Amino acid sequence: MSTSTANTPKKHLSKKIVLYVLLAVGVIISIFPFYWMVIGATNPSGEIFGIPPSLLPGTYLIENFINLNESIGILRVVFNSLFIAISFTVLSLLICSAAGYAFAKFKFKGRDVIFFVLLLSMMIPYHVTLIPLFRIFVELNWLNTYQAVILPQLAYPFAIFLMRQNMQAIPTTLLEAARVDGAGEFRIFFKIVLPTMRPALAAVAIFLFMFQWNNFIWPLVVLNSGEMYTLPVALSSLVGLSDIDYGQIMLGAAISVVPIMVFFLVLQKQFIAGILGGSVKE
Amino acid sequence: MSNMENVNSEHAQEKTKTKKKWITPKTFPYILVFPAVLLFVVFTVYPVISSFLLSFQASEGGVMSFVGFQNYIRLFNDGLFYQSLINTFTILIIQVPIMITLAILLAVMLNSALIRFNGFFRVSFFLPSVTALVTASIVFIILLDGNYGIVNYVLSTIGLEKVSWLNDPFWAKVSIMLVVTWRWTGYNMVILLAGLQNVSQDLYESASIDGAGKVRQFFYITLPQLKPVILFTVVLSTIGTLQLFDEPYILTNGGPNNSTLTVIMYLYDQGFRYFDFGYASAIAYVLVIIIAVLSWIQLRLGSDRD
Repeated sequence: MSTSTANTPKKHLSKKIVLYVLLAVGVIISIFPFYWMVIGATNPSGEIFGIPPSLLPGTYLIENFINLNESIGILRVVFNSLFIAISFTVLSLLICSAAGYAFAKFKFKGRDVIFFVLLLSMMIPYHVTLIPLFRIFVELNWLNTYQAVILPQLAYPFAIFLMRQNMQAIPTTLLEAARVDGAGEFRIFFKIVLPTMRPALAAVAIFLFMFQWNNFIWPLVVLNSGEMYTLPVALSSLVGLSDIDYGQIMLGAAISVVPIMVFFLVLQKQFIAGILGGSVKE
Repeated sequence: MSNMENVNSEHAQEKTKTKKKWITPKTFPYILVFPAVLLFVVFTVYPVISSFLLSFQASEGGVMSFVGFQNYIRLFNDGLFYQSLINTFTILIIQVPIMITLAILLAVMLNSALIRFNGFFRVSFFLPSVTALVTASIVFIILLDGNYGIVNYVLSTIGLEKVSWLNDPFWAKVSIMLVVTWRWTGYNMVILLAGLQNVSQDLYESASIDGAGKVRQFFYITLPQLKPVILFTVVLSTIGTLQLFDEPYILTNGGPNNSTLTVIMYLYDQGFRYFDFGYASAIAYVLVIIIAVLSWIQLRLGSDRD
């Protein structure tokens, strides 16, 4: 309707078809690897490599699962990943929102300096800290523990930054009114500030969870036994084997991604905001 | 405002009295930031400084001692380090422009008035961004398998020769670029799409009244208006690519013949395979400098033009 009158309906239609074909190709490329995961996970190793390859889901899911559990202890590995990602998310959310609240709603000595250093640290690649961090955890005798994976990134500068940006929207008069009514500072934080921040907390929580669920290089460095491995580390250990069972690997890959995908399809908006770190607001 | 603390605390109970003394709007912010600052100092500030100092040290019989610029001198004479830099930059220079161009085109298509079901397309393109890099790389190992991978199968059915994706130095780099592009294009597209939705519709209307076609509108309105957002995605992708690790580690383990060895992979090898902490720290600091300089150049180029 809004395009120029020079376009005849026919020209319009052919344009439309070209656009849709291009987009459809894009969709197939985006989605096919996920479909292939399902094919691989439900077929014996040989089938995905058959000529022609089998294009339909098979019935080998249970066998692949049993094999996968035998080789990497998938149940334990999923538990490790979930435990680490969830406790990291909860703790980090609390720590970062508290700091964000202080930066947004209070004046105190050193505030601007601390905040500036936090922002500055976002420019430095995380890998610079790997070796000293490793030495710290050797010193503490905490190699191969959950806390070694959880602790280093709890004070996540980007999460603090996002919480501060969002908390600036809280009206100061609301906080003052609560104080006049005799509410303590902790009460104000937990009963007024955090509840009004629910959408921002959801987005930041998703961001933090995804970071830790997918985290690879640091867990690879500090975890050194199979029963402590997280999913990405356990999967990478399967790849290194000379005799690879692709059915198992694809099932492991599917396990690492399917729950997140379901979660994503349900909570699309928060998810996109979360993964992009709130840089997109609709 | 500031006299909260002397609200008749004299007559209050013992418990509230101490509470009032300690937790006031003046002290509370320190309590709030304390955990974050403590963790940040221990696990970020200290390591960043320590790593800098380590880069001037070497281990002699298990004890670290200062050796001046020795690590850096060794680094500048290390062929493998240059190789890792060249590999990383090759991937950067080829992959990032292709991916950003694709992301812009997809975003413009989805923003077009001609297209319906944009929600469906957007979700589909974004889906790869929720997969772990490790998972994405693993799936691509299987898709790109030289003998039995489906990609080669499709190539052979249309009469093309099979490609030795992961075992040939050239194609191994291409494979890394394929995974990275698959994983991140939709992510950048969503950022760009949000930028596009902020471009005023009036600009396009007056342009089409003046007789400018769609292509001209794209180059004279869309691209200039989108410039800050494009710059943002370019800087993010550049920093990300310079830190490439998961994909080459899984897909090719740096091979064949170190053709996909990246800077961070080399750092990892030096630090955690050979436990040469001083040398690995020097690599890290060279990377810090490269990232700082590149980001600065990109931001300068982005703000100076026009």
